[in-house]
Amino acid sequence: MTIDETPRGPSSGGESPGMGRSRTTARDLERYAGLFARRTQGMKSSAMRDMMAITARPEVISLAGGFPDTSTFPPEDLAALMARVAADASARALQYGPTEGLDELKACIVEVMAAEGMDVGADELLVTTGGQQVIDLVCKTLIDPGDVVVAEGPTYPGAVPTFSAYQADVVQIEMDADGMRVELLEETLDQLEREGRTPKFIYTVPTFHNPAGVTMSLERRRRLVRLAAERELLVLEDNPYGLLRYEGDPLPPLYALDGGEYVIYLGTFSKILSPGLRLGWTAAPRPVLEKFNVGKQGADLCSSTFGQLFVVEYFAQRDWRDLLTHLRELYRHRLATLHDALAEHLPQGTEWTRPAGGMFVWATLPDYIDTSDLLARALREHVAFVPGRAAFLDGRGGSSMRLNFAGVGEDDLHEGVRRIGKVVNEQVRLYSTLTGTDPAPSRQPRDAAPVPTQEPGARVLPLRRRAGGER
Amino acid sequence: MSRVAVLEGGQSLERQVSLRSGARVRDALERVGHDVIAIDVGRDLVERLTSERPDVAFVALHGRDGEDGTVQEILELVGIPYTASGPSACMRCMDKVLAKHAFRDAGLPTPDFYAFSQTAFESLGAAHALPAIEERLDFPVVVKPAAQGSALGIRFAPSAADVPAAIVAAFSYDTKVLLERHVAGRELAVSVLDGADGPQALPIVEAIPRSDHYDFEARYEIGSTDFVCPAELDPQVAQRAQALALDAYRVLGCYGFARVDLMLETDTGELTLLEANAIPGLTETSLLPQAAEAAGISFAAFVERVIDLALAREPASTG
Repeated sequence: MTIDETPRGPSSGGESPGMGRSRTTARDLERYAGLFARRTQGMKSSAMRDMMAITARPEVISLAGGFPDTSTFPPEDLAALMARVAADASARALQYGPTEGLDELKACIVEVMAAEGMDVGADELLVTTGGQQVIDLVCKTLIDPGDVVVAEGPTYPGAVPTFSAYQADVVQIEMDADGMRVELLEETLDQLEREGRTPKFIYTVPTFHNPAGVTMSLERRRRLVRLAAERELLVLEDNPYGLLRYEGDPLPPLYALDGGEYVIYLGTFSKILSPGLRLGWTAAPRPVLEKFNVGKQGADLCSSTFGQLFVVEYFAQRDWRDLLTHLRELYRHRLATLHDALAEHLPQGTEWTRPAGGMFVWATLPDYIDTSDLLARALREHVAFVPGRAAFLDGRGGSSMRLNFAGVGEDDLHEGVRRIGKVVNEQVRLYSTLTGTDPAPSRQPRDAAPVPTQEPGARVLPLRRRAGGER
Repeated sequence: MSRVAVLEGGQSLERQVSLRSGARVRDALERVGHDVIAIDVGRDLVERLTSERPDVAFVALHGRDGEDGTVQEILELVGIPYTASGPSACMRCMDKVLAKHAFRDAGLPTPDFYAFSQTAFESLGAAHALPAIEERLDFPVVVKPAAQGSALGIRFAPSAADVPAAIVAAFSYDTKVLLERHVAGRELAVSVLDGADGPQALPIVEAIPRSDHYDFEARYEIGSTDFVCPAELDPQVAQRAQALALDAYRVLGCYGFARVDLMLETDTGELTLLEANAIPGLTETSLLPQAAEAAGISFAAFVERVIDLALAREPASTG
């Protein structure tokens, strides 16, 4: 599980028949350890994840979650739609479905993709259990242990355990306000080629990046797609947030630019409807899609038929764009609140991104502050965020943090940032006391920061604050 | 058979580890036939204790509140016998600075150190003392929060330039930090278990981290640290380490069980005390259960003995 995308509940291990009470596996774990596959060594729980477990307390304002808002979906709509599914298709809803997904749902997906300017055939689609399953299927299909995956730095924290489980060697490419620095990507690909290594795929969230909040420019999109075609590399375009744009004009997805030749597309109903449905999809070149299909059979045979029929009913009975319009309005205000609060409460020397959409802002503190440690302090003030290291596989990101604004009310956003500001200011003051430096250093390029970090690679994104959107 | 409340979870940063310790303890107790109640320690602790009226409480908490004497004070107050050390021993163990002072006062070896509160830096200009400290301790210096378990917040500062950030990080966990001379050598853990003949040192576990140093992940993840038990040591060294651990146990006033961490310094061959844990981890990867196993004491037998010790102790007389 990821540190933040999935709420933690009491673990519900398998029932052991005959044992009667809930058997803990803890006692016997050392006996099983010798049986674990080598890949499980990369599947670690971490101190950070353990820390995140206590963010679920009611008194904690958590900006750490990956959650959209589900509280404003009308419960009576949910009830009415579920009643319709029960009345019209009870037996079908309770039955297995085809691995590739229901045809009616694929029609809905074609509609959603068309809304972002993508032309896709129903036979190029595979319905999945959340977008997360696409990442898993792509790795399952393409990755042998040690194979290279190229990703952004930072990358989606929820992809990290998947990459680790398949023992991928992840190379992360720096980003700036225009997304992945494609010229660095090109250099990296050349370097890898010299080492005789070809990446299996390039993983990117080009639009309203999680966690960085930035969007890849049109020029870079074109260049990336061209690069993929020239070098015959697959690109996994993860696009959960594309329709959550709060300002500016939409940019074409990579999939639209490439026509589905080298781009594998990942979409999801999680952010335009509900993550509780666990429904996503992929569009991919047919030979790849066929392998995904077999992989999915092995994983779960099919995604929930009940959930699929619910979405179909929802698309039939409602205009799906209405909820989106509502969510955009809601999130736009929350984003503005977050930005105001950051400007009010965070000290000089702090930078954060100004997303034009999506759910996340990426803030970078002075480099002597370690956000993993800071989280321990922040939790005592009852506030939580995702420490930047969760978005890297190589220990970078130590002074950054991801803040979610979509799933948090405006009052809580403001109060949460006030608390974060309090602990950050405390550490800034302490540091200046310790070093005898100016407690409010002027905003200067991070590269000129006078203090060496502990890890040589620890200097993170040169993401600058920018006024008025990302372009 | 007794009615045993297992206190676990809580709100410390080591909550998850505690839940694992607690689950393992409950499992062992249930197998022996005790009537077991799990209590996830929170606001309703006193309420739960007074309504459930257990015969004894097994404290499987780690870190703040559970291991620092807070919960033990409450248990004293409501008059429920409980496992392991009393409040004052817990406080001394949890606060590395107190523990190290106690070692030093008793003439026991511990690496040189200097401790500061946040106030010392903010109001008393302690920052000006840093160069003098750095001179005396040599680099690398280890910077630790006084009261955090599981190696959270521990940083190695290879040079003077790294010290301020390390101190800032350590203050994330506590309002008191210590700067300690770095001891390069072998990491030894000596678990101590009380019995009819007084405390007994169990076979020594050596932790050999596969990564650079023994951090939180290495401590609780299968496969990231190799543990050798009993540690391959010169018998005389092993004996000295065990004697030292017993001294530390007594000096701190521990009861029931505890784990004492030492270093065997490579350059000098000397043993030195790092810290003691009043409620060491009892998970499947924890060191104390491994040591007990090596001494022929199964986890179930360990738990039984600890419960018996708790019941044998007069609550009011502890401290």
